[in-house]
Amino acid sequence: MSGTPAAARACILAAVLCAIWCTLPAYTPDAPVPWGTAVLLAALGLGCQAAGRRSPPGGPGPVAAGAFLPVLLTAAFLLPPAAAALVAASGSLAGRVEQPPYAARRIWRAAQLALTCAAASWAYATLGGPGTLGGGGAAPDFPRALLPACAAALAFSLVLTALDGLVLAAAERRPVHRSVYALLPLALGPHLVHALAGLMTAVLWRSPYGPLSALLVLLPMYLSRWVFAQYHREQAAHRATIRALVHAVDIKDTYTRGHSERVGRASVLIARELGMDDRRVEGLRFAGILHDIGKLGVPTRVLRKDGPLTPEERRIMELHPEYGHEIVRGIGFLDEARDAILHHHERLDGSGYPYGLSGSRIPEFARVVAVADAFDAMTSTRSYRRARPVPAALAELKRCAGSQFDPRMVGALDRALGRHGWSEADTAVTADEPREPYVSREPYGAAAGLRQDAPLIPRARSAAPLSGPSRDRRR
Amino acid sequence: MRAPYGSGPLAPAVLAVRGAALLLALVALAHTSVRGLAEPGLALVFGLLVAAGELVRRGAAAGEREPAPLAAAGALAYALLGDSAGRPTTHGSLQVIAVVVVAQALAAVPRRACGRRTDADRAARRTLTVGFAAVCFQPLYASGQAERWFGDGPWFPLFPLTVLALTALCDAVPAALLARSAALAGGPGALPPYGSLLVDEVRALAGTGVAIGATGVVTALGVAVAGPWAPAVLCGPLLLTQVSARRYTAVRTTCGQTMASLARATEIAGYTPPGHARRVAALATAVGRELGLTGPRLTVLEHAALMHDIGQLSLLDPVADGATARLPAAEQRRIALLGGAVVRRTGAGPEVAAVVEQQADPYREQPLAARIVRTVNAYDDLCGESVGGPLRALEQLRLGTGHDHQPQVVEALGRVLARGGLTPAGAG
Repeated sequence: MSGTPAAARACILAAVLCAIWCTLPAYTPDAPVPWGTAVLLAALGLGCQAAGRRSPPGGPGPVAAGAFLPVLLTAAFLLPPAAAALVAASGSLAGRVEQPPYAARRIWRAAQLALTCAAASWAYATLGGPGTLGGGGAAPDFPRALLPACAAALAFSLVLTALDGLVLAAAERRPVHRSVYALLPLALGPHLVHALAGLMTAVLWRSPYGPLSALLVLLPMYLSRWVFAQYHREQAAHRATIRALVHAVDIKDTYTRGHSERVGRASVLIARELGMDDRRVEGLRFAGILHDIGKLGVPTRVLRKDGPLTPEERRIMELHPEYGHEIVRGIGFLDEARDAILHHHERLDGSGYPYGLSGSRIPEFARVVAVADAFDAMTSTRSYRRARPVPAALAELKRCAGSQFDPRMVGALDRALGRHGWSEADTAVTADEPREPYVSREPYGAAAGLRQDAPLIPRARSAAPLSGPSRDRRR
Repeated sequence: MRAPYGSGPLAPAVLAVRGAALLLALVALAHTSVRGLAEPGLALVFGLLVAAGELVRRGAAAGEREPAPLAAAGALAYALLGDSAGRPTTHGSLQVIAVVVVAQALAAVPRRACGRRTDADRAARRTLTVGFAAVCFQPLYASGQAERWFGDGPWFPLFPLTVLALTALCDAVPAALLARSAALAGGPGALPPYGSLLVDEVRALAGTGVAIGATGVVTALGVAVAGPWAPAVLCGPLLLTQVSARRYTAVRTTCGQTMASLARATEIAGYTPPGHARRVAALATAVGRELGLTGPRLTVLEHAALMHDIGQLSLLDPVADGATARLPAAEQRRIALLGGAVVRRTGAGPEVAAVVEQQADPYREQPLAARIVRTVNAYDDLCGESVGGPLRALEQLRLGTGHDHQPQVVEALGRVLARGGLTPAGAG
């Protein structure tokens, strides 16, 4: 815990003290705690966590780490607040932690989930939830059982995101209300669904069929989590495949190594400046990364030739946008990016290739990638000439705006560079991965998942403000 | 699972499955209309659940194994339904079938109106599956035999679970039959053995199938305790499973498309003849099935076959016609190693990379997948260049069985080709 800021340490300590205080009523000798149920649920939570810990080498784990929320909500419905907090804490202490500092994160998570579960259980009991579950000969009281369960889910979401906001504020000085606004809408829906599953588990637990049948409710939920983890693994595989496509171009064309990723990033800068939505920004990132993929179709001799090309070789070289379009034709998700690959050498005055389109008939993506491509070509060192400084390249782009480039895109690049800069490191030879080719939103377990992504401790920030928004990924 | 639909005559297996389902549906409908609906409220709830489940399949990718898990779980739950809110029910197995059939038919109307095809095979399969579960469960429940065996307490869930396991096994049989006839219609040379398809179907049940089955049992038990509210409460969790599964399928498809594009890059670069990677992948998969590969091992083989020529991208000049089979062994091995290095960077996984790397080794040092890739690749290369066509190419492969090609693989290739009629490589 030595790397943890003092404020964050204080926050964790306070949460632990609160959690311990919450569990105190359970230790009194005549406490109404059904210990059998509590032990079973705690074992169940531990089992789920243990399965999450066993991760194959290289993979992100079979099941996303973090507590298995339906079990916690079932505990909140079946147990008094103190016992529910104990169940939650015991499960999360055994869980897997993705990033250091491990001890601090583990203690924090246990305290946080204990408090959250206690709050949910308290809200449930206050609204008379336990009476509606049935059991002991009585039938569950159904439409009425839904209200306390939904209230408990709401309390669960609120407390969980508020605590997340607090620790982020302590560790990163991020305003609490901003974190809560960002996390709460993502968390609420999944928590409601988990609460419904938890409610059914609790009802069956109390019924004559007993805990065995209750386990059956949790099975589909657990499988759904497993499928979701598979989804993440496959997504990583997909990113790697895209990188391999780019790498295949690098094998052939050693001049332009790293060019593809930089064009991808410059395209994203322009797209953000133009206020495009997230999906199109990601599309442009792929368009930039893959724009030269057609060079795979150009003979290696022509690509690697030193000195000027003959007219015949030039003609072959100019086929690369069409080859590229042909290669990515079968990749459904690229969508608009395919147009950019086909048309990134068109010019605004119609003198470009392959089709000689002019003005607004050139697809928007292609106009963005054309500017990004030219900018990076000018600012990076090639074997036959040295790199130009950024201002000179921008001046050149502005000079050609209107005839060759779309002035809107050039203006956007100019403004974006003014704001974020284009550092020296960006022109170095790199072949790294795009940080988030998809905007991955967890459909459930949102707060638990997000909490692991959000750094508890601020990273050492590079002082240079000129780094781009995605600069830190090369560290 | 695509049947030759509306075009050409139907295969006997498809006719048998559909005929059995139709007969069952007609008997059930006639019986129910004569006897009248028992517990109409419950019938309505489950009918709505099945119909709604069929409707929310919107957006499912073609060829998804179970595009409507909610409907499947709802139908199973009705088949496995004993008590309702503590009171015994009297709907028999035939009413279950009738309700499920009517719900599916109603859900098909808006789909038809939108101009989309109804999937007759899937409907037939569901009718048969639900029919089997209901016929196993309902008579034993109604006669009280189940209660004598399992009691009405904590052991009772074992009864629907047992029926469910039997149903899953039974469902795999018509599914494999239909898959086989679809493969038959898909083209010659690709007819896989029935046993390997059956293994695939049972294996496919492991993921979504378990979720659907467990939800079906839980819904039935939930109704037994809490009455008709249980299905409504359990819909949410199952929809969540469906969303996860669909996203997973989508990204898998995308990943497959990207790999296919990478494989095609060598063709566009002029290193290999058009369609080579795709042909080798299809033929290698067929040979792999013939030799008893299933599931993930078959997928590894398919991906490795798709990408086996990737290493050629690093050559300065293309090999004539991309036919690496004629190159000296050392050169072949160098290209294979370069290819393995590229594949390691893709998401295809280290197993695929290992197969690509070892594709040029003598067969005694190779894993089975690499042997298949080597032999099929050589076959496609030889077919393309020789005047003698496939027979001559096979003959040459047989001559190489001492060192390069495993005799069993060559024989399996011969059998696959013989079944499809010896087609020239260019026609694939």
